[in-house]
Amino acid sequence: MNVQLRSDPAVSAASRVAIADCDIHPATRGAADLHPWLSQSVREQLETFGQRRRLGMEAGPAYPKSQPNASRRDALPPEGGRQGSSLSFMQAQHLDPNNVVLGILNPLNSGQGLANPELSAAVCRAVNEWQVAEWTGKDRRLKASVVVPYDHAEASAAEIRHWAGHPDFVQVLFLSRTAEPLGNRRYWPIYEAAAEAGLPVSVHAFGYGGAPITSTGWPSYYIEEMTGHAQSCQAGLTSMLVEGIFERFPRLRVVMVEAGFAWAPSLAWRLDKTWRTLRAETPHLKQAPSEYMRQHVWWTTQPMEEPETREHLLDTIGWMGWDRLLFATDYPHWDFDDPAHVLPLRITEAQRSSFFLNNARALYGVDA
Amino acid sequence: MTAFAPIDCDIHPSIPGLVALLPHMEEHWREIVQLRGIDELNSISYPARSPLTARPDWRPKTGKPAATLEQIQRECLDPFGSALAICHCLYGVQLLFSEDMAAAFARAVNNWVAKELLDREPRLRASIVVPTQNVELAVDEIERCARDPRFVQVLLLASGDQPLGKRVYWPIYAAAERHRLAIGIHAGSNYHNPPTASGWPTYYTEDYTAQAQAFQTQLTSLICEGVFNRYPELMVVLLESGWTWLPAHLWRLTKYWRGLRMEIPWVDRAPSDIVRSNVRLSLQPTDGPPDSAGLQRVIEHLQSDELLLFSTDYPHWQFEGTNALPPGLPQSLVRKIMVDNPRATYARLLEPVQ
Repeated sequence: MNVQLRSDPAVSAASRVAIADCDIHPATRGAADLHPWLSQSVREQLETFGQRRRLGMEAGPAYPKSQPNASRRDALPPEGGRQGSSLSFMQAQHLDPNNVVLGILNPLNSGQGLANPELSAAVCRAVNEWQVAEWTGKDRRLKASVVVPYDHAEASAAEIRHWAGHPDFVQVLFLSRTAEPLGNRRYWPIYEAAAEAGLPVSVHAFGYGGAPITSTGWPSYYIEEMTGHAQSCQAGLTSMLVEGIFERFPRLRVVMVEAGFAWAPSLAWRLDKTWRTLRAETPHLKQAPSEYMRQHVWWTTQPMEEPETREHLLDTIGWMGWDRLLFATDYPHWDFDDPAHVLPLRITEAQRSSFFLNNARALYGVDA
Repeated sequence: MTAFAPIDCDIHPSIPGLVALLPHMEEHWREIVQLRGIDELNSISYPARSPLTARPDWRPKTGKPAATLEQIQRECLDPFGSALAICHCLYGVQLLFSEDMAAAFARAVNNWVAKELLDREPRLRASIVVPTQNVELAVDEIERCARDPRFVQVLLLASGDQPLGKRVYWPIYAAAERHRLAIGIHAGSNYHNPPTASGWPTYYTEDYTAQAQAFQTQLTSLICEGVFNRYPELMVVLLESGWTWLPAHLWRLTKYWRGLRMEIPWVDRAPSDIVRSNVRLSLQPTDGPPDSAGLQRVIEHLQSDELLLFSTDYPHWQFEGTNALPPGLPQSLVRKIMVDNPRATYARLLEPVQ
């Protein structure tokens, strides 16, 4: 999870098994990269008044990251620009040597969560165009996420329908800290459109919903924010399960991204126990919450939990199912999980290939 | 049950009503209650008729569950054969916005508990309800009640105005350590912040489920802010927290501590080590897998047999009959959970009460 400094970046790809990386963060070199797809008026508004997210800082986090752009120090492209902004360097540093045959792009800082609905929708559209023009159109291993202005459901559903059927888009992207809990009815038109388009909804940790990251106010440290994503994602998933969105949209699939996964079994047990006692409150649920979870929810692996006794993780994965996990590195961020070291456990070949590649292929319907 | 007389670390006597508190209040506040028509301080954390709030056989035809000593003896102390039980009064004192009013109600609750329960039943102990709205007043209340050895713990809620590790709360921990009182953090919120990072959920089911996440963030806060470095003798008990989430949470927190410890250099031990020396959790609810073999795997993931403290969570509905212990636990662990761990956690339980 710490900075990886490879002495030999040219490790032969052939010597490594093919993997999917289900959480890659492409970055723009600067605001101008999106200008081809933004109107003059939108550009002026952004330049004059800023993005206006539900955050106090105009730019940069109030919990300063542990390193610049929360990225690996060795991930700065030699030609300049921020980490993750160069396709050729991403290929040379990550995709080629790690033999990534399927890479899912999750652009961040991409117009999601802006308070102004029109601005949010305009920037999201531009980011989607940019993904095709600069990334998926240039490297067939990469697939894009439909970035949607999720707090504005109508515009989000329209964005999904705009891209539905486009072979480069394989999922719809949310950030986890929405303005209201994820299962709330205001988001249902988005789930309806995603289910219709056959696209999974992926919920990536982070966001700016306006509420503190804990139920007890704002903590002091970046480590608390980072650790806290697991709690906020548990609450988001709880909301999706208890509100009954999988009953309402039976084809809907959800991926929890960058929140870890080892919390899932305990959450499922708690939900089931609580639901059994309180089920008069949720007559719309036809089965136990854990059953919806087992059928409709996937998790990307990074940052993968590290028990003192590594084998304990095998119990956890056994409780979840080996078909639920999608390997991810989080490239180029600092807490990158290295595929060569992430799973030092005795597992079967079938388990290893579902973990690293086959689950992603099946979920995204990509023949990589 | 077993041959051991357990120490029940989490039971919930109900305040019969605001009227019952009036005799235990200063005259000014008695007058205010009547003058302003102040309502019962009932929190949405446990709606009166919700099935979880009281087990069907512990729900009286009239009145509140667990509202009289006779109910508590007949339904809880006697059937479980408890040697001792620790009372946590969940009355909405912490929800008030007025610091002075909260302090007055906290004093009344503690006076009521001492007089109506502790004076009349030697098997009972209690936690001190404090006005967390004002730390100075909270410390005053700890000092006042600590003279009575039957108070063994300070009671805080899992969600409040700020994370509990914040320095503003440290005088509470200093007072607790000074008086050998444990800090008990119980499920519940003052609802001054939304229950999730994305605001207010629709259903009570979500709110109760989310209590486990509140405990996770509080544990993160207490550890990262350095509470246990400053107060190494302090014992923190997570009450009605669920506990099966603990291993996964510590795996995550310890991984981030390795990567980010430059931000909190005073945390000089792994979070998992700190928990083993300073944090305990009550047994109910046990949010475990359906099979006892699975539950034993979870217990192995705890990597310690000292963390769990026996509790019935009476009168909340967490299990049937007297089966507070999940089946299949080894006898050696049963004894630790029921007797040894509570005695090691609550220094004051070993002191004479006269």
